[in-house]
Amino acid sequence: MEIVELLAKNGLVFAFVVIGVVMWISYQLSDKLSAGRLHGSAIAIIIGLFLAWLGGTITGGSKGLADLTLFSGIGLMGGSMLRDLAIVSTAYGVDMREIRKAGVAGATALALGIIVSFIVGALVAAAFGYTDAISMATIGGGAATYIVGPVTGTALGASSEVIALSVAAGLLKAVLVMIGTPFVAPYIGLNNAKSAMAYGGLMGTTSGVAGGLAATDKRLVPYGAMTATFYTGLGCLMGPSVFYLVLLAMFGN
Amino acid sequence: MIIFGVAALAACHLAGVILGDLLGSLLGVQSNVGGVGFAMLLLIFATDWMRRTGRLPAISEQGILFWSAMYIPIVVAMAAQQNVVAALAGGPIAIIAGVGATVACMALVPVVARIGGQDAPLPPLTVQEA
Repeated sequence: MEIVELLAKNGLVFAFVVIGVVMWISYQLSDKLSAGRLHGSAIAIIIGLFLAWLGGTITGGSKGLADLTLFSGIGLMGGSMLRDLAIVSTAYGVDMREIRKAGVAGATALALGIIVSFIVGALVAAAFGYTDAISMATIGGGAATYIVGPVTGTALGASSEVIALSVAAGLLKAVLVMIGTPFVAPYIGLNNAKSAMAYGGLMGTTSGVAGGLAATDKRLVPYGAMTATFYTGLGCLMGPSVFYLVLLAMFGN
Repeated sequence: MIIFGVAALAACHLAGVILGDLLGSLLGVQSNVGGVGFAMLLLIFATDWMRRTGRLPAISEQGILFWSAMYIPIVVAMAAQQNVVAALAGGPIAIIAGVGATVACMALVPVVARIGGQDAPLPPLTVQEA
């Protein structure tokens, strides 16, 4: 018991050891089982998500493995503070010309990504009988990211059941993007700075894009993160205003 | 000193996040708009200027490169604290909306990436970089 306390007290340091072991196992698996075809980082992220599921199942909490006292340091190591610091650091050495060249594609991707997600979410909501503009806008927001959904829902006064659905849709999107990116990358040409900027703008989920591009090719991270960082804010801006008003005009309340 | 690199990185991070928060409240949203993106641009400009004026010796640079190298482990720790249980427990509406939006947007990547001409793929990774 004393050891557990000691490890919990040194949470961040213990997290370095745990993640180090996970990385080592992942790179071994990548080498030996897939002959390097599946990136070690992709395997590590999948193991991370599995551990999150395990932690969530054991504790019933919302922060995966980090809800177990022993692993609370994982929460600090992978929390938004250090994650954003690390994302910013990947921009070091990035060529400004690449970013300027892809500016139009990036902005288009942002607008399209938000609009398409809202439309898909709203259509699915309507198909399941949520035909009021508030519920459709909220679930549409959830299909954008798990932050846009509840922000839209809270602003419009959606029911807590609909808000929970929107969060689940957004979380699932983040997990899918984390796992799926390396697998779809060859088919969608995700192998250069410009397509990475388009990808970040279209997918939008910061954690999904951060994880997915890490598992694909780390050099793409700064470009994808650059556009994805605008997505949630713009989604929160458009959800309760433009999208709600359009849906209200089309379907009434 | 290494701390100069770390401090420059941290200062850019904070300045960017403050800018993103200001933009968010200007637009009237309760969310940061582009904070990390602004921070990245600041870091690119700041380090470029520091390098040109000889204010970024290799040892300071290490302070930034360390965090860049920690990126993937940090993302793995991030993955380990996602609410995967809730993501899987949303039922058919959440699943179809989440999967549908993901697939539809992924399919648009090649279309958008073609705007302004196709880019060449990056060269293959070297062992050290991977």
